[in-house]
Amino acid sequence: MSGTSMTTRAWLLMLPLLAVMIAVIGWPLADTVGLSFTDAKLVGTAGNFVGIDNYVKTLTSSNFQRTLTTTTIFAVISVFAEMVLGVLAALLLNQQFYGRTLLRGLMILPWALPTVVNATLWRLIYNPEYGALNAALMQIGMLDAYRSWLGEPGTALASLIIADCWKNFPLVALIALAALQAVPRDITAASLVDGAGPFARFRFVILPYLAGPLIVALVLRTIEAFKVFDIIWVMTRGGPANSTRTLSILVYQEAFSFQRAGSGASLALIVTLLVAVLAAAYAVLVRRTAGSTA
Amino acid sequence: MERKSFLFSFFIHACALLLAVIILAPVAWLFIMSISPAADLTAKPLVWWPQTVDFSRYGILLSSVENSAGAAFVASLVNSILVAGMATIAALVLAIPAAWAVSRTPSVGWSLYMVIATYMLPPVALAVPLYFGLAHLGLLNSVFGLALVYLTILAPFTTWLMKSGFDAIPKEIEAAAMMDGAGLFATLRIITLPLAAPVMATSALFAFLLAWDEFFYALLFTSDLRAKTLTVAIADLAGGRVSDYGLIATAGVLAALPPVVIGLVMQRALISGLTSGGVKG
Repeated sequence: MSGTSMTTRAWLLMLPLLAVMIAVIGWPLADTVGLSFTDAKLVGTAGNFVGIDNYVKTLTSSNFQRTLTTTTIFAVISVFAEMVLGVLAALLLNQQFYGRTLLRGLMILPWALPTVVNATLWRLIYNPEYGALNAALMQIGMLDAYRSWLGEPGTALASLIIADCWKNFPLVALIALAALQAVPRDITAASLVDGAGPFARFRFVILPYLAGPLIVALVLRTIEAFKVFDIIWVMTRGGPANSTRTLSILVYQEAFSFQRAGSGASLALIVTLLVAVLAAAYAVLVRRTAGSTA
Repeated sequence: MERKSFLFSFFIHACALLLAVIILAPVAWLFIMSISPAADLTAKPLVWWPQTVDFSRYGILLSSVENSAGAAFVASLVNSILVAGMATIAALVLAIPAAWAVSRTPSVGWSLYMVIATYMLPPVALAVPLYFGLAHLGLLNSVFGLALVYLTILAPFTTWLMKSGFDAIPKEIEAAAMMDGAGLFATLRIITLPLAAPVMATSALFAFLLAWDEFFYALLFTSDLRAKTLTVAIADLAGGRVSDYGLIATAGVLAALPPVVIGLVMQRALISGLTSGGVKG
């Protein structure tokens, strides 16, 4: 078959997917862009054109700046902790011990638990009156009085980060473990003969094999963490005193709770842009590491 | 060979035990809460293991007595299965031809990368127009509307997985079949699709789990038993005035059961699906 007819055939086969994607993603996205320049409400009139007013108001509002900071803290700490814990767990799971196959299998549990179930579970654990965390810490003498882990601005975000890490580090561990198993045995053996200590061995022999998959996991996890909504909505709804309000929660409140569709749209697009910048920065990073390890 | 000292082996076993406890304790506690009498869960000091095991909540939630907690839970369970099932099938129907086309005709690949790039989009960027659109079509609070919206997540993801699956099937096999006189669609039906069956199964499972897990759109676009999914029902329970924490835990266990079973059985396939897509990406 000739080149042009093959291309035509390919486009025909892709047509249904592309048509649906334009209908459910392309058009809504374009519409969000349009809305963001209006003062439209969720119900009622279509709204008037207000230029870049929404963007100016959003970017200069203290609410937005505070929320951006909260989101960044959540994303950076939880993703960093997930990476470190994930790699440590993978190194452990790559050692010899009794029950290794079983433990490797169990690692899928937190990943498989639906996000909302995970959030609900931790909400019960952190319960100020009957929660397991308070009970356990009291019984071993580490706590004098029950605390409201999710009810105090000082501990709410940290409690959320722990719940998020628990669900997500095992997946990083499984990805890292798969990469570790690809490290040829004779290379690690040779590095031992050459007298490399455990840290040198990790840095120069093992890490190059881990870098690729880990960076991909890092990219995906960071994007996910920046968009976080479910776990926070179920556990704290952004409270107390907005101390756990992330960008997606703020957009939800603006567009749906306060019904300001126009200003919510501008906020949503700012979030989208931030995520796109992150993804682009990572794309550069991925290309650079691919170049250096190839 | 490396010789491990006794001390090192002890250290590794201690770490493994710690990891096992970290992974298992919260899940085990969820299950224990679901079978503990309500009084045990509000006792001080907390009763960690119930004197009498109580499975009655599973019966309550899975009963279909009208206007009971069970009826609401069963309805949301059915909605979740319907929405996830329909969205998965639709996503595969769209993804398979497109993924094959891109795999065999790389010159049109850029359009696929645009589709995949939509993964980055936060759902909030689409939520308001989708809300207006569904309202216009009369598809708010409908399992069909929600399944349609889920294609925004499922279709790019399955196309990505299917393309790497087709990439692994040599073109030459298809060329040989066509040389023997098979038409394009006969070739695809007899040769390619059977070879791609394992990838299709993995993609379908992934898609189903993604839809099963989804919360944001379901929260926005459903409002009562006609379309509410499990995730919304559980969030309602957790945020509501339910006084029996065991009932919330039971709903969690039931909602977690399908993905946990799929995860445990399919672990190898799921991880290789994730890493192969990731490493090539």
